[in-house]
This record gives sequence, C-alpha cells and structure tokens, in this order.
Amino acid sequence: MITASLFDIGLAALVVSVAAFAIVVRDTYSAVVAFVAYGLLVSLRWVLLHAVDVALTEAAIGSGLTGVLLLSAAARLRGGGAPEPAPPSVRVRALAAACGVAVTAGLVGAVLSFPDPAPTLAAPATEALPATGLGNPVTAVLIAYRATDTLLEKVVLVLALLGVWSLAGDAVWGGRPGAKQRADPDGILAYFTRRLVPVGLLVGLYVFWVGATHPGGAFQGATIVAAMWLLAMMAGVADVPPVARPDVRAILVAGAGVFFAVGLAGLAFGDAFLAYPAAYAKALIIAIEIAMTATVAVTLTLLIAGAPERTA
Amino acid sequence: MGDVTLFGVAGAVLAGLGVYGLIASPQPLRKILALNVLGTGVFLLFGVVARRGAAAGLGADPVPQALVITGIVVAFAATALAVALTLALTRAAGSASLESDAPAVGEDPGPPR
Repeated sequence: MITASLFDIGLAALVVSVAAFAIVVRDTYSAVVAFVAYGLLVSLRWVLLHAVDVALTEAAIGSGLTGVLLLSAAARLRGGGAPEPAPPSVRVRALAAACGVAVTAGLVGAVLSFPDPAPTLAAPATEALPATGLGNPVTAVLIAYRATDTLLEKVVLVLALLGVWSLAGDAVWGGRPGAKQRADPDGILAYFTRRLVPVGLLVGLYVFWVGATHPGGAFQGATIVAAMWLLAMMAGVADVPPVARPDVRAILVAGAGVFFAVGLAGLAFGDAFLAYPAAYAKALIIAIEIAMTATVAVTLTLLIAGAPERTA
Repeated sequence: MGDVTLFGVAGAVLAGLGVYGLIASPQPLRKILALNVLGTGVFLLFGVVARRGAAAGLGADPVPQALVITGIVVAFAATALAVALTLALTRAAGSASLESDAPAVGEDPGPPR
C-alpha cells in the first residue's frame, strides 16, 4: 500500500466539501442535488477501496434512488407553499457542532487504533467458494455464508413498504400511489423512455446474472430495473399499479418467501436452516436470486411511489 | 497505509457532518438527508476495515462489503419511510415543521385514527 496520492487527498476534500454544502445550504432543492453528486463521488471512493460491488450499490441506491426520492419530496413540499421554518439559534448550532466534532474525534481515534495486522475473513470466504458454485465472494457472503442477514433484509423492505402504505387515507386504501403524471405522450421524455427502457432492462438483467462471478448481483440489477420502471412512470408511459393488486403483492413477498422455503428445506433435508445441499447449491442460489431480484425491483419502485393517493 | 487512513478520517468527518445536520437542520427532509450523509460516513469506515483486510488475492475483505450492501438497502428503506411520514405530516398539519406549537393551516386533519 502506498501513501495517500494527490488524487486521493483531492477526492477526500471534494467529498467532504460537497457533503458540507448539502448540509448547510439554505435551499432544500440545492441540498438534494448536492447530495446526488455526493453519492456519486462516494461510489468513486468505493472503487478506490477495491469494493466495486458496493460502489455499484451506492451509485444506484444510495445516490440514484435516494436522490429521486428526496427530489420528488422536495418538489412536493415546495409546491405546498408551506413557510420555511426559522433557522436554529446560534446556541443550537454550537451544540450540534460540538456533537459532530465529538463523533468525528471518536471515530478518528478508532481509525488510528485499528489492530495491525487487520483481522480478515477473505481467506475462508475464498476457500469455500467452490461449494457455492459462485465466483464472486461478495455475492457468496450475501446469499450463502450470511444468508440470514439477506433474508431478514427482504423482510425489512416489505415492512418499510407496509409502513408507507399505512399512511394512506381510508378513501384511497389499496389505491394507486402518487398523482398521475401528465406528461406529453409524444414528448421528448416519452420518446427517450421508449428507447431507453428496453436497453436499461437488459443491462439490469445482465448485472444481476453476471453477479455470480463478477461485481454485480441481485440488488444492483434490481435497482436498474426499478429505475427503468420509475422512468416509465415519470414519463407517463406506464402508470403505477394499485397496491391492492394480487400479483403485485405476490411479487413483493416472493423474495422472502422463496428464501424462507429454501431455508426450511435445508432444515428438513440438510444440516441446518438455509443449508444448501452441495449438489443443488448453485440451482437453489439462482432460484433465490431470481425471486429476490423481482421482489427488490418492485419494492424499491413502490417505496419511491409512496403512499396510495388515488382510488384504483 | 496512508491512503486507507485518509479514507477513514474522511469517513469520520462525514459522520460528524451528518450528526451536525441531523441536529441543526429545522426541516425534516434536511434531517433525513443528514442522516444519509452520516450513514455513508459510517459505511466508508466499513470500507476501510474491508480494504485493510485484503488477503487471499482479494482487494478487500468481502464480509464488511456484504454488510455495507445490506446496510445501503436498509438505509434506503428507512429513508423512504421517513419521507412518506414527512409528506403525511405536511398533509395533516399544513407545514413540515417539527415545532410542537406549529400553526395548523390548510385542510382539517380530521379525527385521529
């Protein structure tokens, strides 16, 4: 490992400055745009840390989807004409700054006192790879070694969506989220969408499939699919489905459902919950990943669409 | 080890910035944004741990990487729920203020359910 290069130092300074701008700027819209730029810079940092899988996830979800979510919320809050709350007093800001400095100091202390040599699970993660039939150790950790985390994460996604839906009024319960987009069906956005969506869907499926052996995987691929669907909704080419539709709900629980069923089968036929018999490991992992990709794509899209606001 | 330590310090500064914004920003949406900055700062510290654990021909330890991928997805789910709550608060109270004595303007929120 070499000492910090000029590029590393410059990028670190840029990331911190953009984050500071996003936090302190008065206009919320500017803050959100800065946050999206910040997310892309952070994913560049992940590439420099040799974590390309994380970089893809950060760019797609942390920057892209979170950016869309915050931008649309900022636009709606601004459209409401609500008065901006008064800025906090100097005392509150000083207190907040003191808390921030304390957290930073504690974390810097932790960074400087990391044990040397660093503990690592890279060797055992690589050694067990042939048993899973996968070539990408990060995917192996997500789907095989620590599959329980990923299973519970699917449950968290569904619970978050239930929380969002439960904010709907009684009259629109089970209806369609958000206002109908009134985009020009012959406009440039609709044209662009029709051209881009087929290519984007193919890229999403490719990223999912290649994740078995290379950087990529179910989350990253699903996010690209979700982004294409969101684009089609924003361009007015497709409408949001009503949340009460049975097929939508079936896809939402498919990821956790298939995962859980394979886990129970592992209990019945193998050694433990979520144990994959060696002969079927690859097939089971692909079945879980296909169900997971569909679930994640639909869940992320509906999380951004928000609570139902129109009757079906 | 210089580059990795630099990334760690930057992650710590980002976490501190997030804490500042979380407390000092008056609007809920800005607090949500600050929470996400705090989150990425902590994730980057995981990235430093992963990079330091580079071994067996891998550029970084895959276990912290997988934890961060799960973390990013869960953070997004939490953000979506928080944004939906903020929009519901604005609909019900007429403003997105967190002040307890905020004037209720606009439509009648109706009976509590």
